[in-house]
Amino acid sequence: MGFVFPLIATLTVLGAVGAMSFRKSIHAALSLVVALLGIAVTYLGLGAEFIALVQVLVYVGAVAILVVFVMQLTRSEGGQGEGMAVRPAALGVGTAGLVCGGLISCVVLLPDFRTPWPEKADVGLARLGEALTGDYVVALEGIGLLLTVAIIGAVLIALKRPNKEETPE
Amino acid sequence: MIEKLASLLVLVPVLPLLAAAAIAVTKRPHRQRASTLAIGAMGLSCLIAVSAFLAIAGAPEERLVRNFDWLHIGNTTIQLGWMLDPLSAAMAAMVSFVGLLIFIFSKGYMAHDENYTRFFGFLALFGAAMLGLVIANSLLLLFICWELVGLASYLLIGFWFHKPEAAAAAKKAFITTRVGDMGLLLGMVWLHAATGTLTFYTEGGEGCLQAGALDSLGAAGLTARLIAPATLIALLLFCGAAGKSGQVPLHVWLPDAMEGPTPVSALIHAATMVAAGVFLMARVFPLLEVGAAMHGESHSVVTPALTVITWVGAFTALFAAFIAVAQNDIKRILAYSTVSQLGYMFLGLGAGGVAVGMFHLLTHAFFKALLFLGAGSVIHGCHEEQDIRYMGGVRRWMPVTFATYAVGMMALSGVPLFFSGFWSKDEILHAAHGWPVSHIPFLMGSLGAVLTAFYMTRQVCYVFFGPQRSREGADHGKAAHPHESPRVMTMPLVILATFAVGLGIFGTPAWPWAQSFLEGEHAHLAFGHLFSGEVLAVMGTSLVCVAFGIGAGWWFYGRQPISSAARPDALEERFTPVFVALKNRLYVDELYEATVIRFNALAARFFDVVDRWILGGAVAVIGYLVVGFAWIGRFLEDHGVNAGFDLGCRGIRRGAGAGAALQDGRVHNYLRALGIGFATLLLLMTWGCH
Amino acid sequence: MAPLHQYLLLSALLFGIGLAGVLTRRNGLITLMGIELMLNAANLNFIAFWRHSPNPEAIEGVLLTMFAIGVAAAEVAVGLALVIAIYRRYRSVNLDEVDQLKG
Repeated sequence: MGFVFPLIATLTVLGAVGAMSFRKSIHAALSLVVALLGIAVTYLGLGAEFIALVQVLVYVGAVAILVVFVMQLTRSEGGQGEGMAVRPAALGVGTAGLVCGGLISCVVLLPDFRTPWPEKADVGLARLGEALTGDYVVALEGIGLLLTVAIIGAVLIALKRPNKEETPE
Repeated sequence: MIEKLASLLVLVPVLPLLAAAAIAVTKRPHRQRASTLAIGAMGLSCLIAVSAFLAIAGAPEERLVRNFDWLHIGNTTIQLGWMLDPLSAAMAAMVSFVGLLIFIFSKGYMAHDENYTRFFGFLALFGAAMLGLVIANSLLLLFICWELVGLASYLLIGFWFHKPEAAAAAKKAFITTRVGDMGLLLGMVWLHAATGTLTFYTEGGEGCLQAGALDSLGAAGLTARLIAPATLIALLLFCGAAGKSGQVPLHVWLPDAMEGPTPVSALIHAATMVAAGVFLMARVFPLLEVGAAMHGESHSVVTPALTVITWVGAFTALFAAFIAVAQNDIKRILAYSTVSQLGYMFLGLGAGGVAVGMFHLLTHAFFKALLFLGAGSVIHGCHEEQDIRYMGGVRRWMPVTFATYAVGMMALSGVPLFFSGFWSKDEILHAAHGWPVSHIPFLMGSLGAVLTAFYMTRQVCYVFFGPQRSREGADHGKAAHPHESPRVMTMPLVILATFAVGLGIFGTPAWPWAQSFLEGEHAHLAFGHLFSGEVLAVMGTSLVCVAFGIGAGWWFYGRQPISSAARPDALEERFTPVFVALKNRLYVDELYEATVIRFNALAARFFDVVDRWILGGAVAVIGYLVVGFAWIGRFLEDHGVNAGFDLGCRGIRRGAGAGAALQDGRVHNYLRALGIGFATLLLLMTWGCH
Repeated sequence: MAPLHQYLLLSALLFGIGLAGVLTRRNGLITLMGIELMLNAANLNFIAFWRHSPNPEAIEGVLLTMFAIGVAAAEVAVGLALVIAIYRRYRSVNLDEVDQLKG
């Protein structure tokens, strides 16, 4: 089993890199799906089966589909001239590298993260359900409300308002 | 009962004060309301004052004080308060009663004046201040009222301020009395420094007029090894009294004060305010007596302060009487007469003690108010004529005024037996006769009595006898006759005349009730006193004086009717230079003009030069220096500070431009900055923990 | 199972890649995707820490991730709507052309 994690990790990273670097938007979106699936598998490996399921449902199922739809709507297939000039791009990659390097140095240099495995814990779905409808019911309701509001807001923002349809050409 | 009245006594000044406040906010057309308020308040005050007087008349040894804390300054507490004792009760009753009559008289006298409302407001203010003055149990409260009285006097003298003379007279009165008040203030401060209190009497005996304070004052060492501090304090207080009561050399304001409306002259400048000086001396009499040496069987006390007071009083009495002889203005004669009588009061006070001076004060208040109101009535009847040369024969048209005026004149002259002035003046002469220091004041007083009788006779002859000599009288028959005044004016005259006569029986040597009352003792009837040799001798002297004065007056002015105003005065024909000098008031005003005022003007000019050339030059030099420095400063500023500042500003602006360039609206740039910041934080954290 | 730091390194890499995408791409959609990647990296951290915590019985890590996914979903909804709105207004999803976000 020792090779599974490096394999999945490599796939995920490659997918992410592809998602961020493909010229064509649709390729990028598909590549993102690969990365998200990879993360879901990692969750499985970590023993969080429910979260893995949610990840697949929400991200792979909903978000990726949405992105593709929006892509179609805005006809932004990308293409020539889509990328940045060299200098800003280099700046961006540099900044990201800096942040990434910082994080990695954190992980590598700090000793606390080399802890051994604890006993295998089994988080049953029933326990999660009890927690969500018990102690965390308010948070759950809050998330529900947030999603509702977000959807209504999204509809309102995306709504076509004829009288304000003035585009600065 | 008496306790309650003592507590109520505070209402005596407060009621007129409230009336004054109410009148102050009364509109000018509401004349009736104003006079009713003033008269009503004064009437109530009078009621309370008289009941208090009657209550204490049965117990003259009482002294009820009501003190309250007014201010706390550090450890010092300043008390104010009022008291009921024979002196304050008698004064309060007199002032409120005479005041009430004068208020009523004013209702008629001022009936046609435009500023009737204002007049009554001022009158009420004056009444309040004067009554506060007489019941005050603290030199501080007395001083406050004293100044308020001065203010009211100023306002009332200058009531017809559109007349330049009235405005000038008001200023003169205010400034001249201020000279005296300076002394009073200094004396007050010194007294406070010496005794630590200004309250006259307290129940615990800590007042400045009570034994403890007086003993410590008497025991104090001599000031500058010459004079006892008590004497100096007393003399300083006397300065204030002399200013207020028109004693030489501060008398000059009082005759000029006659520019005010006549009721004001009667109320303020005859009956009450000018007597405040005498009252003050009577009030602080224990202070004057400090260090007194008793002289033989005579009960008069002699101290340096009292000696000074006696001499000043005697001199003023004679001096003013002389001037009065040669005056032609009816009110001016009375004014000099007032000055003279005030001199008598001080003479009596200095030589014979509180009772002698105060008794004359009380009787004088009534008959002098009567005379002034009578004069007012005459002036009113003669169509605002004030020069006695243009009156004449008024007797025929104004019988009531004539009768009452005659009573007043005889009381003032001291016609024997039936008139109060006789008894009170006799008392003074008696005291002066017994004064152990010198007999000269007695002689001066007697001569003054002759002159008093003389000038009053002269005045009456001029005003009431002979033919009418009005200014228009040259054309016969055309002149309007004088007319009798309305009843609202004559009634007060009659009442005052009654008192001018009747008051005398309270102060005869046989039954010296008033004197005993004022000294806090019970009186005893003793006819024997009346016939003791000394008393008879003094009475005889004054009788001779009065007879001689009236006789001489009649000889000069009454024998032949004064036919025309143009005719020179009978005395002027015989003693021209003296008469002219007297007519010009012995040139005191001119003397002041030539000395004090010229000195003042010279000093002013000198200081003007000093100010203009020396101080002004210094200021100008400093100014140029400052300008020079400012110029240098500006140069430095322009080329140093400002340049640096500009440089800094430019730098800041450039920096701000760079900062603004960061805010270019590009999300990427923001995010980039965010990322760099985050990375920095991470690195810091890592290395920090490591 | 891999040790904790390997998950953390994976997460760091994903975060860095997402950030690089956000910073370099001008397409609004790709930017949004980068943000999603960064969020997923954070979620991965939550789960990894939960799994490696001394007390794996506690389920807060899982719950937090769930809520984070919920919030992310909402954010995606709003973000995409914004992209549509921007596209309407500018006829473009190129963020460089949308530079009115400045004071």
